[in-house]
Amino acid sequence: MTMRVAVTVNGTEYAREVEPRLLLIHFLRDELGLTGSHWGCDTSNCGSCVVWLDARPVKSCTVLAAMADGRAVRTVEGLERDGQLDPVQQGFIECHGLQCGFCTSGMMMTARWLLDHYPDPDEAQIREAISGQICRCTGYENIVRSVRWAAKHAEAGPDDIEEPRV
Amino acid sequence: MTATTDGPPPGFGRRLRKEDQRFVRGQGTYTDDVQLPGMLYGAVLRSPHPHARILSIDTVAAEAHPKVKAVITGETLAARNLAWMPTLSADTQAVLATDKVRFQGQEVAFVVAEDRYAARDALELIDVEYEPLPAVVDALRALEPGAPVIRDDLAGKTDNHIFDWEAGDAARTEAVFADAEVTVTQDMLYPRVHPAPLETCGAVADFDRVSGKLTIWATSQAPHAHRTLYSMVTGLPEHKIRVISPDIGGGFGNKVPIYPGYICAIVGSILTGKPVKWMEDRSENLMSTCFARDFHMHGELAASRDGKIRAVRVKVLADHGAFNGVAQPSKYPAGFFGVFTGSYDLEAAHCQVTGVYTNKAPGGVAYSCSFRITEAVYLVERMVDVLAFELGLDPAELRLANLLQPAQFPYTCQTGWVYDSGDYPRALRLAMDIAGYEDLRKEQYSERARGQLMGIGISFFTEAVGAGPRKHMDILGFGMADGVELRIHPTGSAVLRISVQTQGQGHETTFAQIVAEELGLSPDDVEVVHGDTDQTPFGLGTYGSRSTPVSGAATAMVARKVRERARIVASAMLEVDPADLEWERGRWFVRGDPDQGKTMAEIAMASHSNLDLPEGVEGHLDATCVYNPPNLTYPFGAYICVVDVDPGTGTVAVRRFIAVDDCGVRINPMIVEGQVHGGLADGIGMALMEGIAFDADGNCLGGSFMDYLLPTALECPSWELGQTVTPSPHHPFGAKGVGESATVGSPPAVVNAVMDALRPYGVRHADMPLTPAQVWRAIQGRPLRTDLAIG
Repeated sequence: MTMRVAVTVNGTEYAREVEPRLLLIHFLRDELGLTGSHWGCDTSNCGSCVVWLDARPVKSCTVLAAMADGRAVRTVEGLERDGQLDPVQQGFIECHGLQCGFCTSGMMMTARWLLDHYPDPDEAQIREAISGQICRCTGYENIVRSVRWAAKHAEAGPDDIEEPRV
Repeated sequence: MTATTDGPPPGFGRRLRKEDQRFVRGQGTYTDDVQLPGMLYGAVLRSPHPHARILSIDTVAAEAHPKVKAVITGETLAARNLAWMPTLSADTQAVLATDKVRFQGQEVAFVVAEDRYAARDALELIDVEYEPLPAVVDALRALEPGAPVIRDDLAGKTDNHIFDWEAGDAARTEAVFADAEVTVTQDMLYPRVHPAPLETCGAVADFDRVSGKLTIWATSQAPHAHRTLYSMVTGLPEHKIRVISPDIGGGFGNKVPIYPGYICAIVGSILTGKPVKWMEDRSENLMSTCFARDFHMHGELAASRDGKIRAVRVKVLADHGAFNGVAQPSKYPAGFFGVFTGSYDLEAAHCQVTGVYTNKAPGGVAYSCSFRITEAVYLVERMVDVLAFELGLDPAELRLANLLQPAQFPYTCQTGWVYDSGDYPRALRLAMDIAGYEDLRKEQYSERARGQLMGIGISFFTEAVGAGPRKHMDILGFGMADGVELRIHPTGSAVLRISVQTQGQGHETTFAQIVAEELGLSPDDVEVVHGDTDQTPFGLGTYGSRSTPVSGAATAMVARKVRERARIVASAMLEVDPADLEWERGRWFVRGDPDQGKTMAEIAMASHSNLDLPEGVEGHLDATCVYNPPNLTYPFGAYICVVDVDPGTGTVAVRRFIAVDDCGVRINPMIVEGQVHGGLADGIGMALMEGIAFDADGNCLGGSFMDYLLPTALECPSWELGQTVTPSPHHPFGAKGVGESATVGSPPAVVNAVMDALRPYGVRHADMPLTPAQVWRAIQGRPLRTDLAIG
């Protein structure tokens, strides 16, 4: 048995015939080829799969694709605008907020949501926001710094970005 | 092209990472991102029993599933002589079980189907009849008479003993102990933990029936070693095997071994003629792949009454699980545990290690352990604190009184390891300065008066990384030297091909920086190729913090070869003797006439031109090199952890963590600091949260992230780092490995801090993980868990 699922992902509508049990993460990765979101744990603990569903971060390993029918999803592939990196993306580069890169897309989706609602978060707020996600490489410090960088450079384009500190 | 004569070009120093550009866009290519036309999906059926005889396997219903393309069992593999494979410790491991299952989660059958979900469905249709056998998951009981014999597949095997290994001088150590004013003894368990990279293990195997070529994308930290082993196991010619290690979502040692799933994916592709993808889920990763530690240690220190440490002795029972699958140099069955002498000047030392089989997943050497130096450092640093406890001495002062002094280097420790360089007291004093150690002690004094449990823990570690000298170190007979190739294009930019590959360490950036530093190019003009056995020279892979000490050294050496070739070309261009040329970054010039010179770009172009070249250069500047390290490198560090313990709940909060690391010359300090940060988080996880426990029936109790807890941003403080720089005297540019330093050094600092907090209760030791329950029991004076096997 299959069902038709129509989801707007990063502004583009996609419709696919899928099994009702298909997870949203697999729908995004295997059906749409959007492999920037990752599958890490199955139990909603690691957050590698975080995407936005109707403008709220969700763990897409525990959401059925069918539940996203008629709704809007935003993934890491939808962060960049007109070829320009989102300040969150630039912040992760500037502050070494990633190493292996596997948790990064989920971390950035949560960070983008946080900054949209709390444009100037302090360290405690950032740690709380990402506390449902696991990073095995960075010890979190540089992720916090990356989000702070993005907050400080909210409207930064490539020309405004200061040179990295030496 | 940015080769320049205007000041030194950027080589070493903080530099943003090249690889980040793809990762922040979601454009990395991890194994599960590989999508090939017609690709099928595999899934592994695993044993629910820790120990059972297989009576029958019925695959008829699974084969009848409309989306199933193949069902593979041990019998299928046995017909191809593939049911068993060698481990990296020269033991054998079942690919798919034929006779018995020996741990819960062991691989029993493999289904290949049209999609992942169908493959999983078909697993449910396989009917396996088991005869359960008694299981032993407690290493302390594995050698008891009458214990179930796990490896009855090995000819003549009547017990669960794997090896005995010792180091040091037993008689001399005994003499020091007999003569010592003070001796202290402590049993401790370094629990079974798991590296748990966020990306699980997996592979895509693609066998081309026409060309006979097998291409396998896999989560491999050692693609070249894997290729050779695949060839030896499958009989496919080695040149017809290409292993691609694409982007890897963290390794930490978990991705060094070859897992049965990889072999099954290969066989699945050979049988179906289609590419087959296999990705394990999180429970499979935690329950069946390479775990870490599981070391039962009995430690003893001998000292004088005023705190001069004289000798250390330790007996270890090492739980290796059902197959001896540890990945470490063959001469060292207990890894580099031999450096348990730590950072101290001792009169004698001795250790004796016994390895045993249990009905648990195979492995043991993983999780950034530097081949078991985690266990060694934990042992000695806990013992030093136990001595401080008994003598009523300050643990910092006790360490300062016993640390090796700079003039003693190179220092040969009591077990024969030659520490290359160090200034240990300086590192510890710097850590104490950053921490404000004296003020912390004063604060602790007043906090205790108010009934608050504040603890300050110190650890000092010496690592031994960069395996290693080929004479002494090999894995399955393959010496641990690394190859490298450097090409200089006519316009002066470069391609570097390395045998190691990044799992997040940033090789594409740092290895370009090494070439940049040596040749005066911009790192942007150096492309680093890695993780593809058809494109890179042979090497043993990335683990044990060996990339910079071995392949980094190889890179510097090959760049220096290129530089010398460039000198000969430049001498022809300038019509002078090569001996009359001097090098400044990026340029050879005539001694005494600095205006007469040629840049690397000019020389590169000339090397491809019709210029008449003197003997020694046939044309081009390209060079290759194999680096066989003369010694390991010995990074070290001083860590101080400050904790607050809630006396009511036993909850530990890490308030501060100060880490001073000395890894010699730093290529890219930003990346070094990032590596240290990650390792410190590991230490908090292992000390306070992580543990793969088993119940008395052999059930794994750590099979998901609901049960195997990892630290989040809330458990980690903002790290406070410091550094000293003591170059390695034998490494070409003075670097030492750093990838595992913090994972090795931090757990004892956290545990020492918690024990320090519990001092008012007279608690001297409690085993990790120091969960709230464990700490609460310690506070209450209740029996502590000394083993994770719950009886």
